[in-house]
Amino acid sequence: MTTGAVKIRIENASRMFVGGSVSAFEGLSLDVYHNEIACIVGPSGCGKTTLLRCIDGLLPLSQGTILLDGTPVTTPPASVAMVFQHFGLFPWKTVEANVAYGLKLAGAPRDRIEAQVSRALTLVGLQAFARYYPYQLSGGMQQRVGLARALAIEPEVLLMDEPFAALDAQTREILQDEMLRILERERKTIVFVTHSIDEAIALGDRVIVLTACPGRVRETIKVPFGRPRALAAIRADPAFGTLRTRVWDLLRQEIH
Amino acid sequence: MAQASVAGSSQTRQSEVREGTARLRRRQRRNDLTVRLIAAAVVVAAWEVGGRMISPFLFAPPSRIVAAGIDLIQTGELWKYLSVSLKVFAVGMVAGTAAGVAIGVATARIRLLDLSLEPFIIALYSTPMVALIPLVVIWAGFGDQAKMVIIFLFAIFPILLNTYQGVKGVEPRFLEVARSFRSSERALWLDVIVPSALPFIVAGVRLALGRALVGMVVADLYTAVSGVGYLIVRYAQNLQIDRVLVPVVILSMMGVTLVQGLRWLEVKVAPWTHGIDD
Repeated sequence: MTTGAVKIRIENASRMFVGGSVSAFEGLSLDVYHNEIACIVGPSGCGKTTLLRCIDGLLPLSQGTILLDGTPVTTPPASVAMVFQHFGLFPWKTVEANVAYGLKLAGAPRDRIEAQVSRALTLVGLQAFARYYPYQLSGGMQQRVGLARALAIEPEVLLMDEPFAALDAQTREILQDEMLRILERERKTIVFVTHSIDEAIALGDRVIVLTACPGRVRETIKVPFGRPRALAAIRADPAFGTLRTRVWDLLRQEIH
Repeated sequence: MAQASVAGSSQTRQSEVREGTARLRRRQRRNDLTVRLIAAAVVVAAWEVGGRMISPFLFAPPSRIVAAGIDLIQTGELWKYLSVSLKVFAVGMVAGTAAGVAIGVATARIRLLDLSLEPFIIALYSTPMVALIPLVVIWAGFGDQAKMVIIFLFAIFPILLNTYQGVKGVEPRFLEVARSFRSSERALWLDVIVPSALPFIVAGVRLALGRALVGMVVADLYTAVSGVGYLIVRYAQNLQIDRVLVPVVILSMMGVTLVQGLRWLEVKVAPWTHGIDD
């Protein structure tokens, strides 16, 4: 759903790995369009996660710029929320308090916080678990809380850093399906980093393949499936296999 | 949406399993308690029988300690000395905890303090505090003040070091989440650093309590004629062993109660570190 308007523009961006002297990515340029889901895949260690942290303003670039709505990103922007691979839920806060975290920091009034928390928890199907602590939930449920926490602040941009990588295969598929359903209702600009080609094709409007270290955009591939999507149907589509092979070939060239 | 009903039935099954596990655990706990009670009874009985065979100038059986204890309580002598000790203990502990937490947090968060103070803190922690008591007496005199300083010195370091570790050990991922959600430094402290360090701080206080009790008795031995330490010395000099053991038993019970209370608190403030048991 590339509607044309650029939401995030990455221009000639470079950055070393944290604490290292190796470039994570170098001279990387990429446009992410309004309300599209851009899935970034690449060989391990090609700086995908580092790039995402730079887009969130958590790490500064050593060169180049990242523009969000035309404004350079230097600190974490209010309209951007991140979903972490490690979930990053506070174990001393209840599910409810974790989801409310961003809103509370933003100084939202209490009735708005309550409304948003209950809306976000309903979206991810965890209303019944509001008073639980994260350690009482399964990994899949914990990441749903992570997603709810990001959605609660009603961000324009959602950054997802291999959000399902720490989960088992079945839970991962269930969450992918659920994410598709949620995002039909709440369109957002999403940058989704993953190492799974299947996941990138199933969820993305575009798949962006990065080169091996240092990362650059190798190729941008438009995913031919419309929305709403059903994962099972897409997987059965012959176009899925073709696309999968194509992305694989690109990645294989990078790994060798 | 079919998923919701599956989740529902698995939830009831889960609660059944949980109940079953809880039942097993209760039975296990009951068995353990029985063993403990029998063992305690055997030890006390052996002490009683053995104690009667040894000269009363060297040892005392439990029955005579209890009798001496009742006597000391009735005459008000025990409370007179114990109250002084408890007062200096409380003041020293509270001051040690406050200073330990404050210095621990400050050194962990402020790099300048960390670099400049760390060697001194480690050196002082490694020094047997008993060696400093004569010096404290010279500075602070023989009164309650000196005892408070001694207890303070015994208590502060485990709290300080544990707080330091707790604050340093805040998981980077939590700091990252806080930054990503645009937390201010003040909010970061309240939301992340203090709750994350709290279990360490409580554990530090627990360690400090044991040391502070030692400090309390040792301080009495070196300073003025007050407190339970003095009571022990006086009765020991008169070879009234049953009376010597009364404050000893009380101190031991006090230590056990405080330490167990703190253990309970540790689980309370950080249930996630102790697995799921509800």
